[in-house]
Amino acid sequence: MAQSFPQYLQRIKEQVREVQPDDVRREQQGARAPLLLDVREPDEFSQGAIPGARHIPRGYLELRIEQEVPDRERPVVVYCAGGVRSALAVDSLQQLGYSNVTSLAGGFNGWKNAGLPFEIPRTLTDAQRNRYSRHLLVPEVGEAGQVKLLDSKVLLIGAGGLGSPAALYLAAAGVGMIGLVDDDVVDESNLQRQIAHSLDRVGQPKTTSARAAIENLNKDVKVVEHNERLVAENILGIINQYDLIVDGADNFPTRYLLNDASILARKPIVHGSIFRFEGQLTVFKPFDGPCYRCLFPEPPPPEMAPSCAEAGVLGVLPGIIGSLQASEAIKLLLGIGDPMIGRLLLFDALETSFRELKLRRNPNCPACGEHATLTGVVDYDWTCAVPQRDAVLA
Amino acid sequence: MSKVQIPPVLRAAAGGNKQVEASGATLAEVLANLSAQYPDLSGRLQPAANGMPQYLNIYLNDEDVRTMQWLATPVAEGDTVIILPAMAGGLA
Repeated sequence: MAQSFPQYLQRIKEQVREVQPDDVRREQQGARAPLLLDVREPDEFSQGAIPGARHIPRGYLELRIEQEVPDRERPVVVYCAGGVRSALAVDSLQQLGYSNVTSLAGGFNGWKNAGLPFEIPRTLTDAQRNRYSRHLLVPEVGEAGQVKLLDSKVLLIGAGGLGSPAALYLAAAGVGMIGLVDDDVVDESNLQRQIAHSLDRVGQPKTTSARAAIENLNKDVKVVEHNERLVAENILGIINQYDLIVDGADNFPTRYLLNDASILARKPIVHGSIFRFEGQLTVFKPFDGPCYRCLFPEPPPPEMAPSCAEAGVLGVLPGIIGSLQASEAIKLLLGIGDPMIGRLLLFDALETSFRELKLRRNPNCPACGEHATLTGVVDYDWTCAVPQRDAVLA
Repeated sequence: MSKVQIPPVLRAAAGGNKQVEASGATLAEVLANLSAQYPDLSGRLQPAANGMPQYLNIYLNDEDVRTMQWLATPVAEGDTVIILPAMAGGLA
């Protein structure tokens, strides 16, 4: 039999448990904090919301809830503006098998009137919602993740073979600030692999050329050029401006200097290297996993190191490894998945094979071990067999 | 026989091979056999103060031998030994 809306609401409210704002606030600070779910419209959410709340507009609730909250036993407090839509939402969730769902009495207005904290959530513009729509559809990224990327700062060591694809994909992904360290200029022989550069920019500094490519791709990205070599004197000042470092350097002095500085500054490094048909990838996260010195405590002397003149590389190889670096960087920035901490990936393009080695922390590591003596950074005196200009950065 | 994977930078010293076979029941014996087969490699496989070849890491079936028994780590038939030198990395 048809019933009026007040009758309908009355019947639903009898089946829905309401909770008071002060009780929710208390539970939020306890061991089993409930998930707060905001079911208002986007324009209401963007004007103010309870800190930490997830947002699914009521219209999408049933469609998205299983992605957002796979655990049907998890305590969830649903709120809207005044407590009506949230009651309807709780009824729907109960029908979907959510057994521990409650409705916030008085809604967001009641919360504010009780003097409890709220914030203006950072949200995307309509243009950004369109640009990043394929990210927004991925539950692990979503709007909160995209906002996080836009607030992130990544430093690329080298704007060459590895740095080019990493920079372009990170820029396309909407990483808000990208720093480029390189003191080289674009040469025509770079274009076989360094896809951020182009014929009309030959002769320009690589940082300037890569910046043009990034700015042409995504205006959301602020590009900072560090058209200089990383040395002990400047490295900490540079890396401290960023959340994470993507390392595409090709020489031992830079690798060791960067390792030491990243440990002092507690910055994770996404490490990539390439040689002919083979590439390597790992993540050095200070004190969470091994560092470069855990593997190789000291740089080899030049005569023991691979001669730069022997080098050569399949042009697409840095595209593969550099793209993997971008993927690892995004995972670290979003805190998702299983990053390559303590794992080394060996890729062989001729065999199309991937192999993984386990990397362990060295308790006696001079940089990050139990009795580490690292207190500052020093430059390493090490030169390559071929002219330095050709050997500096990937 | 175990399989030994040679990193790109040492291949010239190992007859250009990416993978070679070597005999030995321990890692020390495998490395000695490798040096005997490819004398050009022996310089890079010389033990340093800690017994391990300097500037090289060695993995047995994807695990660092330093977490096992270093040079005394037993090597079984069909095992894979991977030699990993300190790599400068990228490429200009």
